[in-house]
Amino acid sequence: MITSIRGRNLLTLDQLSDAAILEVLDTAELFVEVNQRTIKKVPALKGRVVASLFFEESTRTRLSFETAAKRLSADVLSLAVASSSVKKGESLRDTIATIDALGIDAVVMRHSSSGAAHQVGGYVPHVRVINAGDGLHQHPTQGLLDVFTVRQVLAERAHAKGSETGKEMFAGLHVLIVGDIRHSRVARSDISAYTALGADVRIAAPGTLRPASLEEWPVRVVDDFDEALEWADVVGVLRLQRERGTGSFVPSLAEFTETYGLTSERARRLRPSAIIMHPGPMNRGVEIDSAVADSPAAVIERQVSNGVPIRMAALYLSVNGTAEETPS
Amino acid sequence: MAHEVVERVRDTEMLVVLGLQTGGVAFAELLAASLFDITTRHVLQGTLDVSFYRDDVGQRPFIASAVSQVPVDLDDRLVLLVDDVLFTGRTIRSALNALGDFGRPRAVQLAVMVDRGHRELPIRPDYVGKNLPTSLSEDIVATTEGVWIGTRGAS
Repeated sequence: MITSIRGRNLLTLDQLSDAAILEVLDTAELFVEVNQRTIKKVPALKGRVVASLFFEESTRTRLSFETAAKRLSADVLSLAVASSSVKKGESLRDTIATIDALGIDAVVMRHSSSGAAHQVGGYVPHVRVINAGDGLHQHPTQGLLDVFTVRQVLAERAHAKGSETGKEMFAGLHVLIVGDIRHSRVARSDISAYTALGADVRIAAPGTLRPASLEEWPVRVVDDFDEALEWADVVGVLRLQRERGTGSFVPSLAEFTETYGLTSERARRLRPSAIIMHPGPMNRGVEIDSAVADSPAAVIERQVSNGVPIRMAALYLSVNGTAEETPS
Repeated sequence: MAHEVVERVRDTEMLVVLGLQTGGVAFAELLAASLFDITTRHVLQGTLDVSFYRDDVGQRPFIASAVSQVPVDLDDRLVLLVDDVLFTGRTIRSALNALGDFGRPRAVQLAVMVDRGHRELPIRPDYVGKNLPTSLSEDIVATTEGVWIGTRGAS
């Protein structure tokens, strides 16, 4: 177990202890304040260079990471893969070597292959690597911002500060994750984060969209999605990933919506206090009804705004810290 | 010390008392309370965290940080920074840089409970609780309960 990400790569959440996760959340709390200032910038990473390499398309994650790096005063090298030498057939290793030769301190990368970020970490051990999503594996900062958002909402309701509550808000919290678990790196990161903090996580998905290695996961599969909605404190709706061929895993989109979509009708079964989440981008009318996504119970926009302080915290701890100072 | 501040500042209307996280916060609260006792006027107060502004990040152990709460835009305000122990002056330098992100104060003053010497930067406090000549091998802890001197690293 890793007890702090200081001076380390952030590749996956399943190796992080509760202390390591809480350290990121508490640090992000400080950056929330920075983001509310008129001058939203601190010199913490002044003179450092962060390369942003998105081999797979993204709007919010890339913008969020680049905003985070800039608000820490780092310089950002942004590689537009579509117009780069990658299109000429340059290998991942050569692309990284080229960028490294320009002098960088960190790489934020997204790739369609699981384990790509880990591999890059091996190529350039002196550079900190932050995984912004690798294939079907992990999307650590999304998992972190999801637990951060839940803690923020619950702490507000209890009139407390998030950092004062530690992980107590998660003790026995009922988290239901629904939809395309099989193709979802968000689900994997969410499950790691929620379980590390002590929540009770269950998943709801049609048989074809459950992962193959389900027995090894610290979750229970619910048979009756509708019943589970009454149980849930938090519902994490996942995007049906049509670009990964999910279409062929369900008989039809309409049937998926009928059985596992969070429709307005189904949302009525939720407790009044339940929190609805979605990592975006949404397929409105498929996995979630528009009316549900725009309801007060949904915290989807807050998830997006929390992305910046969480990514500032991840970059700050990983790039600025040194592994030696990690408490053992 | 509150009397000294009132004597020098005269009008506390534009004054903002900022305690440096984390050691200066309790003293800033005490000082603001004393200023109220003397002037019967509430003084604006807040906290300032300088961890993201330090020039020695990565060279010293990670410092636990806490949130900054600056109550108003600092343009044209008189800012009184409050800290527990003044040592090298580097924390104050970071604080001066941090202040720039909250506005342009008319003036900034510094109050410290203990000045232990060994400055590495041209920084001088305006109000000092106690001048305490120390050796570099000593550690100073000042809380609202009292001041302790110990051997470095022994804690």
